[in-house]
Amino acid sequence: MKGSIKIDSSQCKGCAFCVEACPNGVIEIGAKRNAMGYFYAVVKKDGAKDGKGCTGCTLCAVMCPEVAIEVYREER
Amino acid sequence: MKKVFGRPKTLKPVPYHYCPGCGHSLLHRIVAEVIEEMGVEEIAIGVPPAGCAVLAYNYFDVDMGEAAHGRGAALATGVKRVLPDHLVFTYQGDGDIAAIGTAETVHAANRGERITCIFVNNAVYGMTGGQMAPTTILGQTTTTSPGGRVGNRDGFPLNLSEMLAVTRGSAYIERTSVTSPAGIRATKKAVRKAFEIQLKGLGFTLVEVLSPCPTNLKMSPIEACRWVDTEMVNYFPLGVIKDVTAPEEGKNAH
Amino acid sequence: MRGSHIVAEAALRAGCRYYFGYPITPQNELPEYMSRRLPEVGGVFVQAESEIASINMVIGASMAGARVMTSSSSPGISLKQEGISYLGGLELPAVIVNMMRGGPGLGNIAPSQSDYFQATRGGGHGDYRTIVLAPASGQELCDLTYKAFDLADHYRTPVLILADGMMGQMMEPVRFPVLRDVGKLPRKPWAITGAKGRKSHFIRSLILDPGQMEEHNWKLMRKYEQIADAEVRFESFKTDDADLVIVAFGTAARIAKAAVKRARNEGLKVGLFRPITLWPFPKKPLQEVAKRVKHFFVFELNAGQMVEDVQLALSGQSDVFFYGRPGGVVPNPAEISRIVSRQFFQKEIG
Ligand SMILES: Cc1ncc(C[n+]2csc(CCOP(=O)(O)OP(=O)(O)O)c2C)c(N)n1
Ligand code: SF4
Ligand SMILES: [Mg+2]
Repeated sequence: MKGSIKIDSSQCKGCAFCVEACPNGVIEIGAKRNAMGYFYAVVKKDGAKDGKGCTGCTLCAVMCPEVAIEVYREER
Repeated sequence: MKKVFGRPKTLKPVPYHYCPGCGHSLLHRIVAEVIEEMGVEEIAIGVPPAGCAVLAYNYFDVDMGEAAHGRGAALATGVKRVLPDHLVFTYQGDGDIAAIGTAETVHAANRGERITCIFVNNAVYGMTGGQMAPTTILGQTTTTSPGGRVGNRDGFPLNLSEMLAVTRGSAYIERTSVTSPAGIRATKKAVRKAFEIQLKGLGFTLVEVLSPCPTNLKMSPIEACRWVDTEMVNYFPLGVIKDVTAPEEGKNAH
Repeated sequence: MRGSHIVAEAALRAGCRYYFGYPITPQNELPEYMSRRLPEVGGVFVQAESEIASINMVIGASMAGARVMTSSSSPGISLKQEGISYLGGLELPAVIVNMMRGGPGLGNIAPSQSDYFQATRGGGHGDYRTIVLAPASGQELCDLTYKAFDLADHYRTPVLILADGMMGQMMEPVRFPVLRDVGKLPRKPWAITGAKGRKSHFIRSLILDPGQMEEHNWKLMRKYEQIADAEVRFESFKTDDADLVIVAFGTAARIAKAAVKRARNEGLKVGLFRPITLWPFPKKPLQEVAKRVKHFFVFELNAGQMVEDVQLALSGQSDVFFYGRPGGVVPNPAEISRIVSRQFFQKEIG
């Protein structure tokens, strides 16, 4: 299954729960700070390199305290 | 592509004031999701506490009435007696519910008050800066137990949920955590079940949620979750503590 | 009918359907009556685990839009102060009855008026006021209780009925007002009743921003000023030609009234000024009396509390004498008229 996520970087506080939760290693904490001053989570540029990429499993969003992640999945 | 996860409508689009990785944030969303999924937003009335969640009324898009520190269960009793068909829930920290509000909570449970207490156990007083809570575990250092909590000097971690299960008025009590996707799923299921049992009028319901407070544990958010999973659970075992709707053998011994 | 029962029945007739309380002498007849009567009219009685719990239940019921009441006596009212402060801050209506007893501490169960300060100054924290009504007869217990619910709703503020064990126990005939139709009481759009057909809203007293908190405080103060302008109540008895006026409230005023009659029989021109609202204190009416009268005699069943309000109102321009019996001792009218005559003699009044 193919999916994608949208991270609202302005809401992210960089807790890294999503990074840990993603079974496919799609997310990382980036090098830039947002307006609140937190290093925020971003989708890895080469996210699909070692794994199968985002499957739309929602685990990152389930673990996101800030409700900053929306998940989309390809309809079959 | 189809959206499969987003913000529940019952959670206002307002950024939380909570610290990074705080369990309150997760639990707010879970409770809001359950309210939306059950379609009870028009009859839901929430009672926020004094504690880090004191501003909960800024986040939940349902009617809310603020309680003094610890008095949530008493205030909710007053609301529920006037509006018996409404869904009335309190949202309380461990200090709020298990120290200053112990009497109100025990007696609400004992009256079988048809309310649901969402009890956020983070083992510290978050709001006031990390003092010892009734649920601080033995050996845990806090700002008022600098050398670590010692049971016969500072008191032992209080198992309020187990105490409440003994009361004849309680119908459903479960302890879960929000430190993993599985824990979050279990918490959501428990909150939903508690709400359903409340609306069926079977008695007092409570969900205790073990929750990370990275700031006061002085850990990273992920370390705080692991601490909850490995240390806190030794004092506060996860699972259903009482369920009057369960088949006989699964029922609590009381 | 017994005083405590009068209060309970009057509350019911005013549309009160919720009562939350905790037993304490000398007011147990009130919750007992409620526990029997409220279910008859579809109401709810809850005996709570403490006064703290019961006042917080009152807060919840009030938030949900109901007319609600609690009652207690001195030590229990001390515990309720937390909730009374919140009622003030949250701007919630509620009626609280204090059948005062002797104190401080556990004290005794005899009639006393030693909670005047607590009632009128606000025993809880923060800048707030509580309307305080002091009945002095069975009929007034009824009428003021009935009125208290309207005042509470109108101003969205807690109202305290300040009586004592004697008032609660005494038997007097009473004529009750009509039973209100609860469905026809004024609506409360601010109540939390579920966000049906409208946006959700909340009721809270937490205002972290000092500027906003200050504005909230000024808003409360403007409300209190309105109350002070509109709601002052008092009784003036034979003050027109008086050389000396006794100032007393509640049970003390009943005794004082009998003492006035005795003194008049002796040819002494004595009158009685009886505040019915203790807050707002009838300052201007008392000042009016002071234009004609120079000697005031404050009599209270305590060690001297309302006397401070009298002194404040008269601001040193009149002669204010205090006589009090604290601790639950209730003197008879003869004792008061004796002290009054001595006052006349010593001061060469008249
Ligand atoms: C009567 C009273 N005493 C003390 C406080 C201060 N106070 C506010 S929250 C709190 C404890 C909060 O701890 P907890 O209930 O565990 O909630 P948390 O912040 O950890 O979520 C205290 C002591 C208060 N608001 N009112
Ligand atoms: S102090 Fe702890 S409980 Fe409070 S917001 Fe921060 S992490 Fe959450
Ligand atoms: Mg806590």
